[in-house]
Amino acid sequence: MSTLKGRNLISITDFSKEEYIEVLDIAEGFEQNPKQRILSDKVVATLFFEPSTRTRLSFESAANQLGARIIGFSDPGGTSVQKGESLHDTIVMVSSYADLIVMRNPKEGSSRYASEVATVPVINAGDGANQHPTQCMLDLYSIRKTQGTLDNLNIALVGDLKYGRTVHSLVQAMCNFNATFHLVSPTELKLPSSVKASIKDAGLKYYQYTDIRSIVPLADIIYMTRVQRERFPDPLEYERVKDSCILTADMLEGCKPTMRVLHPLPRVNEITTDVDKTPYAYYFRQAQNGVYVRQALMAAILGAK
Amino acid sequence: METKKELVVPAIENGTVIDHIPTELVYQVIHILGLENYKDEVLIGNYLKSGKLGRKGIIKIKNKHFTKEDVSKVALVAPFVTIITIQDYQVKEKFATEIPDHIENFVICANPKCITNAEAVPTKFDVVDKDNLKLRCHYCEKFTTKETIHFKL
Repeated sequence: MSTLKGRNLISITDFSKEEYIEVLDIAEGFEQNPKQRILSDKVVATLFFEPSTRTRLSFESAANQLGARIIGFSDPGGTSVQKGESLHDTIVMVSSYADLIVMRNPKEGSSRYASEVATVPVINAGDGANQHPTQCMLDLYSIRKTQGTLDNLNIALVGDLKYGRTVHSLVQAMCNFNATFHLVSPTELKLPSSVKASIKDAGLKYYQYTDIRSIVPLADIIYMTRVQRERFPDPLEYERVKDSCILTADMLEGCKPTMRVLHPLPRVNEITTDVDKTPYAYYFRQAQNGVYVRQALMAAILGAK
Repeated sequence: METKKELVVPAIENGTVIDHIPTELVYQVIHILGLENYKDEVLIGNYLKSGKLGRKGIIKIKNKHFTKEDVSKVALVAPFVTIITIQDYQVKEKFATEIPDHIENFVICANPKCITNAEAVPTKFDVVDKDNLKLRCHYCEKFTTKETIHFKL
């Protein structure tokens, strides 16, 4: 049985390198055989205090395929939360109804707090701009799946590197695997110095660019993110840089044949649709991998693997 | 050296003395400890001659015995002051403050989106840089620094 039984997953740093790998190995088994009704005696609560399409459906699909019953809400409207119930009281109550809580809440740190109040394990499905560890786990799964390894890779991160929480978590996680980071962003959206410091502390290297073309021949993975208009105080500044981080099919000429393009989705225009038809596009498979990884996490945490 | 004869701020029989306070921080120390509302004698001296600092502040608080949290509060506002416990006019204990590794309850997280600012959740921080005073919130993982620190009073 997994050492992850009974554990919470709140932040990507909660698990060791060995534990990430364990989850990825279990997820591979679910990819081979997704319908294993090993949680048929369990109840999973999905508490979504703000709307989410992909993450909630992915968790619920994963729980369903494992045979678990699902309770919860996809929007706090109509629940006791709207009547002013505290997160504390909601979590204490739900703990007595479910074997596992999956929670998304816009308040940063809310999942850590919920895990301290709950009497059952908690998986963080996103706490504001803070952490979204299952996204990071599925990114790792997709990288390993496409490259055959997580070690010694050239990882290019493109777009909003300043505010993108998936980017920060991925950097933290890949620091365990001797990665080299290639950072492509407008000057205003560079990776924060605290995240760069964690690369340096791990004894690894990063290089910064403003043009995607520079990194195409080097990259094993191009991880695209959306540059959001609302991040720019000056709309003119947004107009000036918005097209600098768009990936088109013709830009991929000269890339490694094994290179794959990842994106946490939803995409807007930062990957043009002509990339979808190339063998390098992996973002839709990446989203599908989220189900296997979430199956693996739920099964391991509930002691079924 | 102070001697009993030269005391500018009178001695107290029992309580706590905070000595060697940088002059500009004396009122912040009073504030962080909530001494404005303390219902016993508080003796305050500032701009007193000091061999160590040139000029210093001193606060003597009658019948108050510091908790660990009080010491942490003083350390955050004024690191490296001296805290002296007095019993029967004698020094019972004397130590220099030091910023602790962990802080609970009395610092407010600087991140307005943190759960601790939305619900009645006691704050917890790890001190990641004592020289530049940088605290990492246990919940939202964001940093509170010297420039953004506020206290629950």
